[in-house]
Amino acid sequence: MLEIKDVHKTFNPGTINEKKALNGLNLTLNDGDFVTVIGGNGAGKSTMLNMIAGVYPVDSGSIIIDGVNVTKLPEHKRAKYLGRVFQDPMMGTAADMWIEENMALASRRGQVRGLKWAINNKEREQFKTMLSELDLGLENRLSAKVGLLSGGQRQALTLLMAVMKKPKLLLLDEHTAALDPKTAAKVLELSNKFISEEHLTAMMITHNMKDAIAYGNRLIMMNNGQIILDVSGEEKKKLTVEYLLDAFTKLSGAEFANDRALLN
Amino acid sequence: MLSFISSLPGAIAQGAIWGIMAVGVYITFKILDLADLTVDGSFGTGGAVLVVCTAGGMNIWLAMLAALVAGCLAGLVTGVLHTKFGIPAILAGILTQIALYSVNLRIMSGKANLPLSVMKYKDILLVTLRNINKSLVVCALFVSVIIAVLYWFFGTELGHSLRATGCNPSMARANGINTSTNKIIGFVISNGLVALSGGLLAQYQGFADVNMGRGSIVIGLAAIIIGDVVFGKLFKNFALKLLGAVFGGIIYYIVISFVLWLGLPANDLKMLTAAVVALFLGIPYWKSKIAEKSIKQIPGGKTNA
Repeated sequence: MLEIKDVHKTFNPGTINEKKALNGLNLTLNDGDFVTVIGGNGAGKSTMLNMIAGVYPVDSGSIIIDGVNVTKLPEHKRAKYLGRVFQDPMMGTAADMWIEENMALASRRGQVRGLKWAINNKEREQFKTMLSELDLGLENRLSAKVGLLSGGQRQALTLLMAVMKKPKLLLLDEHTAALDPKTAAKVLELSNKFISEEHLTAMMITHNMKDAIAYGNRLIMMNNGQIILDVSGEEKKKLTVEYLLDAFTKLSGAEFANDRALLN
Repeated sequence: MLSFISSLPGAIAQGAIWGIMAVGVYITFKILDLADLTVDGSFGTGGAVLVVCTAGGMNIWLAMLAALVAGCLAGLVTGVLHTKFGIPAILAGILTQIALYSVNLRIMSGKANLPLSVMKYKDILLVTLRNINKSLVVCALFVSVIIAVLYWFFGTELGHSLRATGCNPSMARANGINTSTNKIIGFVISNGLVALSGGLLAQYQGFADVNMGRGSIVIGLAAIIIGDVVFGKLFKNFALKLLGAVFGGIIYYIVISFVLWLGLPANDLKMLTAAVVALFLGIPYWKSKIAEKSIKQIPGGKTNA
């Protein structure tokens, strides 16, 4: 479903702030893989997702989604393959627009937008059904501005918008990090439910090692812009937080410097 | 007082014409969240094209269409400068505006001012100082049609994608919206309307002037802000918000004729307009500052910082 071949990316090359974010990254995802991604700060996790989404271009290498080489496609053209949820709950929705307007925008991802009405009544009914699945009471607030919703509600809505038009690949960039523990658990459960029900291929960055172990069928650990550990199947089910921390120290030669991950 | 009241219908007509231009500015300023200074040039372009076409014997409606298209082209230039040359929107607008000064002079064959004889064309002109009643009807017609068309457009898939582009560009791109193209479309529609309004004003006053657009962005903003302050609580619907901008333009011109009647020198008008706009743009900021200062505190600590 996804092939990343020898991707390099350096930010601010030739300056004092030079940062090699991706260092010959290779990764292949199979259809239906749900991969959790862990790693210290600056390991290149978010950069990897942003490269897949085309937020900025790669320096070298190729990215292939579902057999299509998208390396040179701009962000808005890659959107037709991708569903995305961001760390910042404000980023995935248009605050000044209504819930139904946001959903109508998402439901036309990858389509040419013409001069037809943006929403019809049939869609409104579908949106209501989908929103009631979130169990947040949003189904009766179709014409409420998204800016009025809480961070958790907005993130759940963004998640719904990312999957309502089935993506080839779902990218979750620490999408529960900014939420309180209870809401985070709820959004995480919803993500898991959508991914298993729709048989989506998904990548989820998380700082919570327990979540990384509990969810998905595959786990990758990143350091210095490369994948240093890739575990899947039965082997993944046996993972423990202690094992991952040990593995990190052995493979990277450094302590896992991330308070959030350790506290969890 | 009588002279002020007798000047009211004229002020309303002129205000409505500037209100149409404010609707154009609304598209870039409010919907796309961009400040577009092209309008200072494209307003004059509309006036110049209309006068030259009409004087050349063209049908007045075709001349209006020509003015509209000329404005759209000006918007296209700014849009391309902004999205394809990577120039910040404000600077892109200033560049087009400066270039349009020369273009407008070219259109008017090098003359800074080109009259449209009201005596000769008084039956043809859609709006004119000589027939204020007819002008008011025509203005109302233009305002209604323009608002209806925009209301429809911003309810379509494309219109929605323009709103998303202005509201949250990252979200728009993540949902497959080409934000660059959408910004260009916004600049084109906006400046088309501005030039149309310039064409109407040239008819109304009976001449086109190379400086007629100077400061029009500020008048447009003033109209939008006045409309928002006066009708914001009442007008929630998009069509009504656009109407609010037109009413803002009308109120602006009524206030102008009032201060002129009070004896303010006409030369000081632009100063007054700029001061009013600066004041109203500052109010929301000050409100938040005052809220900060008046935080209810519980006494504590030895001294206040």
